[in-house]
Amino acid sequence: MRLGLVIDLDVCVGCHACAIACKEWNASGTTAPLTDYQPYGAEPSGVWFNRIRSYEVGDYPNNKTINFPMSCMHCEDADCVTVCPTGASYKRAEDGIVLVDQTKCMGCNYCSWACPYGARELDRESGTMKKCTLCIDRIYDTVMPVEERQPACVLTCPAHARMFGDMDDANSAVSVVIRERGGYQLMPELGYNPTNHYLPVRKATPISTDNMGKIGFKDRLKGIANKIVKR
Amino acid sequence: MHPAFSVIFFTVSSGAGFGLFALLVLADLLGMGGGLSTDQKMTAGVVALFLISAGLSSSVFHLANPKNAWRAVTRYRTSWLSREGVFAIAFFPFAIAYLGLTWLSWDDYNWLKVLMGIVAAVIAWITIFSTGMIYACLKTIRQWNSPLVPANYLALGHFLGALLLLAVASSGGVALDGYVTLAIVWLVAAAALKAIYYFWIANPGATSTIKTATGFTRGTVRLLDTGHTHGTFLTQEFGFSIARKFSLILKMFVFIAAFVIPAVLLLTAQASQDGLYLVTVVAILGVVAERWLFFAEARHVVNLYHGAQHT
Ligand code: SF4
Ligand code: SF4
Repeated sequence: MRLGLVIDLDVCVGCHACAIACKEWNASGTTAPLTDYQPYGAEPSGVWFNRIRSYEVGDYPNNKTINFPMSCMHCEDADCVTVCPTGASYKRAEDGIVLVDQTKCMGCNYCSWACPYGARELDRESGTMKKCTLCIDRIYDTVMPVEERQPACVLTCPAHARMFGDMDDANSAVSVVIRERGGYQLMPELGYNPTNHYLPVRKATPISTDNMGKIGFKDRLKGIANKIVKR
Repeated sequence: MHPAFSVIFFTVSSGAGFGLFALLVLADLLGMGGGLSTDQKMTAGVVALFLISAGLSSSVFHLANPKNAWRAVTRYRTSWLSREGVFAIAFFPFAIAYLGLTWLSWDDYNWLKVLMGIVAAVIAWITIFSTGMIYACLKTIRQWNSPLVPANYLALGHFLGALLLLAVASSGGVALDGYVTLAIVWLVAAAALKAIYYFWIANPGATSTIKTATGFTRGTVRLLDTGHTHGTFLTQEFGFSIARKFSLILKMFVFIAAFVIPAVLLLTAQASQDGLYLVTVVAILGVVAERWLFFAEARHVVNLYHGAQHT
């Protein structure tokens, strides 16, 4: 089994709901707490597993805003695990989830140097490394209703931009959508073989903004009315 | 990368200590310059052990959770940091046995002393190499991902070690020529390797780009929003960058302090003990600047996501 996420960049609206849901769930999860520094001060900062950045791709008028959520990719060949000198970082054989054992970590930051995706953040309060657990304490919780046994980010996403599943199963929804929509991995040249995949933005013809046509009689009347009537 | 002082001190100090110890054993075996006195060997050995211990303990200050530091030796099969720790610890019993037998100077056990010395020297080399590999094995930092990095660590450690050995030898009783030559040979090797490294990182070849980092291959990519209001761990740890002009000035300082001044002084003022102490101090300052720059110039690929379009 190789559990991971598929993120549809065509659909993500950049609302940060996944990041908030993640923070909320994991603040009391297996690697808790997720410390905030100066939450109401001048320079608020803190530990988050999931961050959403926004990019502008292409040049006007063919430009587009793409929101880009990133968390741990649960890489197949994860250097963050091999470089860890204490054995605190490990990859579970049964489902490929990469975790940090909080009781073993010595806070050397070495794993964060080895991660190309910025998925690991040191908690300055506990002195240990924190990262996405794929909500390991939700997905295996037999007390929860089956449909809720998913990572908090996936459950909360109002746009349904996130999917969770087993990449090893060729018939799983995630494998199918990766195949059909050309799902890809980030920085494949580094050879980490990340489990998480991204679905590209669909090609769309841009709506032309020039040559809107002549203004008709009705619109001209409206224009005059707008000038007279004060609203 | 953010240059942490404890890590700079650790790599310079323990590198010089391991270099000094390995060269001490070599000089002792070859009886260089007529052979160092027992006092001199003990001085050099103790200085080496002191530098190594100081370096190792300073590296612990860099940890956010030092109470788990003892676990750092458990993953020697995959982690270079762990290997570094294992070899550094394995070094001590052999080094102490060598120094103890030197001090006792039992002629019957000379073979044992030689054996202990050789083993300690080999472990010292492996340890410096491992320190270099901690950085060189990271695919995420192009400026470090090169065999030039461990080569530089080895050369600079031995260069400082050779200067320290020369300073100890200058207290009298031995011909200094061999020690001066040793220092100059390492100076030339270290300077050449550093020069190659500096030329190489000016253009270190293909790296990840914002296109491979995001998969947006259709057009230009510009960062609109980083998604956080203030700095994060990522910007603090990896965001540090240094102006090209300032790095050029520092590189000149590295070369002048670490190599040019020591070379001139070694070739002219070799007889004066104060001169040799001065050479050593100036060279150490040069290497500290070199190490600072080594961190400051390294650009982690994660910066791509924060708007740095080139690493
Ligand atoms: S994304 Fe980073 S932290 Fe996660 S498995 Fe890959 S290398 Fe490790
Ligand atoms: S910070 Fe913790 S998890 Fe990361 S490499 Fe160091 S000991 Fe391992």
